[in-house]
Amino acid sequence: MSFLEIKALTKRFSETTAVEDFSLTVERGEFVSLLGPSGCGKTTTLQMIAGFEQPTSGSIILHGRNLAKIPARKRGLGIVFQTYALFPHMTVEQNVAFGLEMRGIPEPDRRQKVAAALDLVKLSHLAKRLPKAMSGGQRQRVALARALVIEPELLLLDEPLSNLDAKLREEMQLELRRIQQEAGVTTLLVTHDQSEAMALSDRIAVMQSGRLMQLGTPFDTYETPKSTFISNFLGKTNCLNARLVSTTGTASTLVINGIEVSGPSVNLLPGDVMASLRPERIDIVESSDGHTEAKVLERIFLGDQWLFRLETKLGELLVVRRNRGRREAEPGENVFIVWQPEHLQILPASRESA
Amino acid sequence: MISNGRYSLLFNALFTLFMVGPLVVVIGVSFTPTGYLEFPPSGLSLRWFAAILDNPDFIDAAWVSLKLGIASATVSTIVAVPAALAIGREKFSGREALQALFLSPLTVPTVVLGIAFLRLLSVLELNGTFVGLVLCHAIIITPFVLRLVLSSVVGMDRSIEKAAISLGASNWTVFRRITMPLIMPGIVGGWVLAFITSFDELTVTVFIVNPSTTTLPVRLFSHITQTTDPLIASVSTVVILFTVALMLLINRFYGLDRLLMGETK
Amino acid sequence: MKSPQNMKPWLLSGPAFVLFLVLLLIPLVMTFMLSFNSFSFYGGIEDVYTFGNYIEVLGDSYFYEIFLRTFLIALITTVFCVLLGVPEAYILLRMRPLARSIMLLVVLGPLLISVVVRTLGWAILLGNNGVINELLQSLGLITSPVKMLYTSGGIVAALVHVMIPFMIIAVWAALQRRDPSAEQAAESLGASPVKVFTRIVLPQAMPGILSGSLIVFSLSASAFATPAILGGRRVKVVSTTVYDEFLNTLNWPLGAAIAVLLLASVLVIMLSWNRLIEKRYTGVFE
Ligand SMILES: Nc1ncnc2c1ncn2[C@@H]1O[C@H](COP(=O)(O)OP(=O)(O)OP(=O)(O)O)[C@@H](O)[C@H]1O
Ligand SMILES: [Mg+2]
Repeated sequence: MSFLEIKALTKRFSETTAVEDFSLTVERGEFVSLLGPSGCGKTTTLQMIAGFEQPTSGSIILHGRNLAKIPARKRGLGIVFQTYALFPHMTVEQNVAFGLEMRGIPEPDRRQKVAAALDLVKLSHLAKRLPKAMSGGQRQRVALARALVIEPELLLLDEPLSNLDAKLREEMQLELRRIQQEAGVTTLLVTHDQSEAMALSDRIAVMQSGRLMQLGTPFDTYETPKSTFISNFLGKTNCLNARLVSTTGTASTLVINGIEVSGPSVNLLPGDVMASLRPERIDIVESSDGHTEAKVLERIFLGDQWLFRLETKLGELLVVRRNRGRREAEPGENVFIVWQPEHLQILPASRESA
Repeated sequence: MISNGRYSLLFNALFTLFMVGPLVVVIGVSFTPTGYLEFPPSGLSLRWFAAILDNPDFIDAAWVSLKLGIASATVSTIVAVPAALAIGREKFSGREALQALFLSPLTVPTVVLGIAFLRLLSVLELNGTFVGLVLCHAIIITPFVLRLVLSSVVGMDRSIEKAAISLGASNWTVFRRITMPLIMPGIVGGWVLAFITSFDELTVTVFIVNPSTTTLPVRLFSHITQTTDPLIASVSTVVILFTVALMLLINRFYGLDRLLMGETK
Repeated sequence: MKSPQNMKPWLLSGPAFVLFLVLLLIPLVMTFMLSFNSFSFYGGIEDVYTFGNYIEVLGDSYFYEIFLRTFLIALITTVFCVLLGVPEAYILLRMRPLARSIMLLVVLGPLLISVVVRTLGWAILLGNNGVINELLQSLGLITSPVKMLYTSGGIVAALVHVMIPFMIIAVWAALQRRDPSAEQAAESLGASPVKVFTRIVLPQAMPGILSGSLIVFSLSASAFATPAILGGRRVKVVSTTVYDEFLNTLNWPLGAAIAVLLLASVLVIMLSWNRLIEKRYTGVFE
């Protein structure tokens, strides 16, 4: 039996179904992210686990305990809210001590645990501060310390980094991962930021309109997305309408825009499909031998990378190239592109794209 | 930021004169050594301040007003805080009607309130009693308390309470340790505003007092309409100074702008 | 369904509700009923219900005059509050924080000082031997005192003083949500300060002006202390008339009928004003 088992969880509000038939198991010590676009039901799922929303149906079992009848305050979960929800009238120390106080932990013990928690998040020097006199990143750490100090069985994080600026967010990602591993706490993170989910988690659960679409390690999910939606959501990709002509055990043949292209073997019936090709998997070369011809429409410099928009017989393609300090093709120039057939992802034709 | 031009500053100076002038005149007159209202006073004398002490009427009335203000502000706060919690955060049918009811004393003309209270209290044979005054004042000032408490209730991030619950706090603990302290500025601000409003109230009170429960504004009013001697000016000066002191205190701890116009910035 | 969850808001607001039911709703209904009672100077209030009081009020030009005067005073007061309060609110918003907080004390502080005291100041200013007349005479601008006390004009002056903080608060609330850089943008496009005010600031202040006008108008129409002190028996308004009926003539039913008419007209004016505002401004501002 897994540590956390969510079975067929469903939540209906009067008009909308926020979460539908959502099942997920999480192992002890694991870091799992719920990733999905705004409004897909991530927060609602987390709130049901936390006990702030009643599921319409389904069950949540934590460490063998069914949480259904246990009120939020008895679940003993550590929660970090998007707005941090620090108690503004209490010092950092008092904030962190609150949960221990509720558990009736005696003063000396309490002080020691608070000190250890603040140490973990590197805030010992600010123990006497009020939250309003702190930066976003520091508040974030206080919120983490406050959630961790009660030694929760499960840590729930709802978009904990979304209020931070880009640079701080990256720093805090590393910090969060370190703290989670040091504390060894099973963690469920909600985010709509794919890079955050990939950077932090052992596994990612991608949600769309209240349903779980795909579950797997960041690498697997990125490399073998189950749909164009996921492929698009996890980073940039070129999506091309294609027709699957034939597929064998080792390879397949597709027609894109009237041009025959080969791809990896797939478990799909011949017919309309989507072909997805990641921009970083396409290489730009100068020699023409057998490669596809392309014309540079636009070129954007991104510091460590170049982003190209190319016109090809297959359609418009985005291409990313690492900046190696060399001259790159300019708009208007003709180039040639090449890619490995196995990097072409062949996905079922999505319903929404006509 | 665009700053104010010369004409704006002139306008502001004239406006200040308009606002402060009548009060300065009252204060000035109260120092007159003569027996009539003259401004500027022909000398400086505390004669009319000393006269207050020989007029127990005014001192008694001031005590009534003080006690009335404290009692009615407290009654009003006690009923308004839970009402604000219900209106501010629960969804229930009748919520808007209830809020409109609690704010309605602001829209009903005060004379109408005055005679309505007079009618009720005379039927209940409570007319002129202190209890009657307290209850009627509580009605008039509840909108002020409700508005300020409501704005702090609505402005509060509810996930703060959820955080406390998730850390194991019971409902009562959440209220006592988290909710109460966080809406406290609204409660205190509301209480003070209610106190001042009750302390100054004339129109309603004039209908429902009797000689033993006459409040300071009523006393001043009947004095002004009967005679004009500098005694009313010296009493008024004391009232002005008392109010200004209270005002500076509020401004120091709460912010006058916040008290009177809600959250700014 | 009567689950405890549904009862909670009613339990919380129960005490306030009972207080308001007993001390506000019931007395208002009683007053309404009282206004239909007939009254005789010997028997007092009689248990007979008629429209007599309303017929008496509505049929008497004396009362017409009082109602007309009351609403005229309220209207002129409102106009002056707009003319003075709107620019002042704008000037306040543009002040540096320190100057502004001092000015706020000056502008809003009087709101907390007893109306009786403030009106006393005006009585001293406006009297025949008052400060203004003395000043004008010593400057040689007039030869004999101008009558200002016991006139509608005097009442308006004092009412503007009493009510203008409400206008400033309302306009302030509307303006502080604005983006000051819009004014800078207008200036950078060549608008003069007057143009900036009329084309950029005023439209944004409009919702505040309208709601402030409503407050000032309804408070002025039912003001008591100021007209009572500055107008006395000579310049009567509705509220002082009600007061006299109740505490001097002791004809409570007639007083109640006048009060009900005041309440009704204030409510009608407020509702139609609100309707007007909603029609014009929903959608444009939030
Ligand atoms: N209390 C509620 N009543 C009705 N509908 C709700 C309620 N809470 C959420 N919803 C709806 O449920 C859906 C899922 O909401 P949820 O907050 O879980 O989304 P989310 O994935 O967290 O989105 P975001 O990334 O924007 O936070 C949304 O369509 C939302 O409108
Ligand atoms: Mg969310």
